[in-house]
Amino acid sequence: MTDTANQSTEMLATSKNRDLGLKRRYGRERRFQAMGIAAITMGVLFLFLLFWSIVTKGYTAFQQTKIHLDIYLSEQLIDPSGNRDINVIQMPIRYNKVLEAAIYKAAGIDPKDKTKRNAMREAKSLLSKGASVDLRDLVVENPSLIGTRIDYWALADGDVDSFLKGQIPRDIPESKRKISDAQIAIIDTMAEKGVLAKQFNSNLFFNGPSSRPESAGIAVAVIGSVFMMLIVLVLALPIGVAASIYLEEFAPKNRWTDLIEVNINNLAAVPSIVFGLLGLAVFINFAGLPRSASLVGGLVLTLMTLPTIIIATRSALKAVPPSIREAALGVGASKTQAIFHHVLPLATPGILTGTIIGLAQALGETAPLLMIGMVAFVKDFPATPLDPATALPVQIYMWSGEAQRAFTERTSAAILILLAFLALMNISAVLLRRRFERRW
Amino acid sequence: MSPLWLLAAIVVFALIGAALGRNRAVSCVNGNIAELHSRPGYYGSYVMIWTALPAIFFMVAVLMAQPFFNSSIIDSELRAGYSQSCDREMARTNGDADAKLPAICADKEQYETLDTRRALMKSVVESVAVGVSLLDKATADKLHNGLVAVRPTLKEVGVALAEDVPTPVVDAANKLNEAKKTGDYILLGGVGLLLIIGLVLSYLRVSPRLRARNLVETNIKVALVLASSIAILTTVGIVMSMLFEAIHFFNKVSLSNFFLGTQWDPRFTSAGRAGGGEGSFGLLPLIWGTLYISLVALLVAVPIGMFAAIYMAEYASNTVRAIAKPLLEILAGIPTIVYGFFALVTVGPFLRDTGAAIGLDISANSVLTAGCVMGIMLIPFISSLSDDIITAVPQSLRDGSLGLGATKSETIKKVILPAALPGIVGSILLAASRAIGETMIVVMAAGIAANLTLNPFEAVTTVTVKIVSQLTGDLEFNSPQTLVAFALGITLFVITLGLNIFALHIVRKYREQYD
Repeated sequence: MTDTANQSTEMLATSKNRDLGLKRRYGRERRFQAMGIAAITMGVLFLFLLFWSIVTKGYTAFQQTKIHLDIYLSEQLIDPSGNRDINVIQMPIRYNKVLEAAIYKAAGIDPKDKTKRNAMREAKSLLSKGASVDLRDLVVENPSLIGTRIDYWALADGDVDSFLKGQIPRDIPESKRKISDAQIAIIDTMAEKGVLAKQFNSNLFFNGPSSRPESAGIAVAVIGSVFMMLIVLVLALPIGVAASIYLEEFAPKNRWTDLIEVNINNLAAVPSIVFGLLGLAVFINFAGLPRSASLVGGLVLTLMTLPTIIIATRSALKAVPPSIREAALGVGASKTQAIFHHVLPLATPGILTGTIIGLAQALGETAPLLMIGMVAFVKDFPATPLDPATALPVQIYMWSGEAQRAFTERTSAAILILLAFLALMNISAVLLRRRFERRW
Repeated sequence: MSPLWLLAAIVVFALIGAALGRNRAVSCVNGNIAELHSRPGYYGSYVMIWTALPAIFFMVAVLMAQPFFNSSIIDSELRAGYSQSCDREMARTNGDADAKLPAICADKEQYETLDTRRALMKSVVESVAVGVSLLDKATADKLHNGLVAVRPTLKEVGVALAEDVPTPVVDAANKLNEAKKTGDYILLGGVGLLLIIGLVLSYLRVSPRLRARNLVETNIKVALVLASSIAILTTVGIVMSMLFEAIHFFNKVSLSNFFLGTQWDPRFTSAGRAGGGEGSFGLLPLIWGTLYISLVALLVAVPIGMFAAIYMAEYASNTVRAIAKPLLEILAGIPTIVYGFFALVTVGPFLRDTGAAIGLDISANSVLTAGCVMGIMLIPFISSLSDDIITAVPQSLRDGSLGLGATKSETIKKVILPAALPGIVGSILLAASRAIGETMIVVMAAGIAANLTLNPFEAVTTVTVKIVSQLTGDLEFNSPQTLVAFALGITLFVITLGLNIFALHIVRKYREQYD
């Protein structure tokens, strides 16, 4: 009797305990779930923070401050002899005076007034040092402009640009500001009159690098990147597909094949900078290929991309059911015919998806290119893959080291352009997979 | 003739061969192709392969041999020329004991003793040779006979020389031009001959009984094998090239200085100057910096990545999963240079200002900055690998645990994670290897100075940062300051390779076999 009473009180106690425990356990469950949600939220938050920081820093770079000038291309200044000799009219220095006269007029300063010397100097410095070169290019192209009046939007200095975009605040003391009070006064009056305005920054897209932020652009880097991507595509795709066909379809199971497989998996995890060292030692020092050339960059990136393409191609080949091969063999095709005529076409979407993803990786790669000397100031547009060039990510790296505020903005803009290319490639890979993916 | 044109010619020839071979096969059986052993296209391919392959091999061989041949010609010509001119000068000043050593003899001496001088003269000879080949006949003759000065003459055709060059150089350049011309003739003649021989022989062999398909397929298979061995070649290339340069380095700097030194101060001496001191190349502070930053990165990435993976695999509805998973994977697709910039302009200043606000002195390129940003980069590596592994744990284990009354989180903690542990550890190790080899984030966000410190608010530097900074300066290639990059590179390669192999080993050894 007492036993059962004891038992029942015990049972009561444990059930109470259990209920208490259950509460705690459910609490733990909730906390555990919350941790999971928090982790995902943090990851996504970081992603947005990253994009937010780059977009807010970079979007302004797509506009550039220009100064609307009414320029009289005086023949006396540009071509005193009057015979349009290209060696005479192509000197940028001849256009300085022309531009100066125009900017004094735009700022409302009388150039003959000796007391306005300072104001004249300040007004002159609003123009970019590249403005005379741009004007020169315009005139050299149409010499008939000499002696006429033209409406011209001249490039403003990078600091003026930053000031107008609010990146150089007004309220800090003049000594710490790159723009003087006198310049601010001129800028304000000019902006009010609409003489000073922001326009689309075409220099960013069509110019090469420059030490002046206002005329710096990514064109040379983009050409270099395009050359490299073409080389990677032309080399890595056939080699990668051939290697995967061998490993997946022909290779006997032996030590050698195992070795190759382990190798490919390891190569996929080798730090990219090591590939750069390989390129430096083998392609440049041993084979004697030129430094900074996009050919060498392309070769290095090819070696880096190969494992990605091979792994993707192999899984695409694996996904083609054996019945396809057997059917082809059954009607008398040889093994090679079965693979090249039937399996490979069916695996193409998978292969292309893998290739695009590999190319996207290669496009964003920077470190190996630094090793092979692509971090150089290349002003000339490369005509062949053997000419010195830079790449888009390397250009970003070089700009990020520049101190001027205007370069930070352009670095972000270049990153946005790079990310746009990458997004385009990845989206096309996803679409390709969606469109052509086949379930067997 | 440039190699590209030659290649184009080979391709055209091979295509013609293909058409001829196909036609011959078809006409052999009077159009009744059922009598052929293989389909007609294979006869075409057969002729094409045997027309093009020997010529291409020959071309590649000649092009690869030519630079070596040319440099040996330059070397022997320069040596002969120098000693001839030197002897002549000596003979002129003969008997005059006070006379200075003639300039040309000093040149000779330098050339014979200094590697760098030889490399320099080789490139000078090459540019003179280019210049001479641009000159017209009369001027070239004048130059050859020493009637006009070399430098101004060459400047007119657009070849700039740093200094005027002595006659032996001009002679060597002339010899080089002759050798180049001969080389071109050999190349052109050999390729032409091989094309014709290959075409004729293989064309003649085409007959209905020729097993063309089998022959072509053997060639295809050989090509496939070659393609797959490129992976091996790459690894061999990496190891050999770095080992080779690292051995050069260890000839100049002792092993203990590198592996046991705690001081990193490679003292940049100007190129070519001897006796600049060895400098200290202590690896330890670099390794410490690398491991420290990687550790911080893993401390950020592992909890976030793991919890994200668990939530996505076990709790999330299909819609949440379909949105969150690709979003996190975007993080893996962003180039590291972008993370580096993010660290440089956003995270670094933010941490520094926050630190200043609460009275901590945080350097803008502290361990914390680089580690946090690298951690963000690693989140998707850990989350997607772990996600796959957790999903692969069989449902029966979950059902069993839930059936015994465990809550979902208890099931995860007590049953699923232990079952998935080897895979998770593997994914963490892979992430660690990526963190150690990561370059751009640390180049932009970590410090430059090697620093053995425990303080996460100070700047440290890493192995990869030093590889970049040692190789992007204007340094002579053979100096230890440059070669150390290869020693660092092979160290990095060995560490990451070891981690990868270890990760694979753990996954394989401790993997539970369920079905």
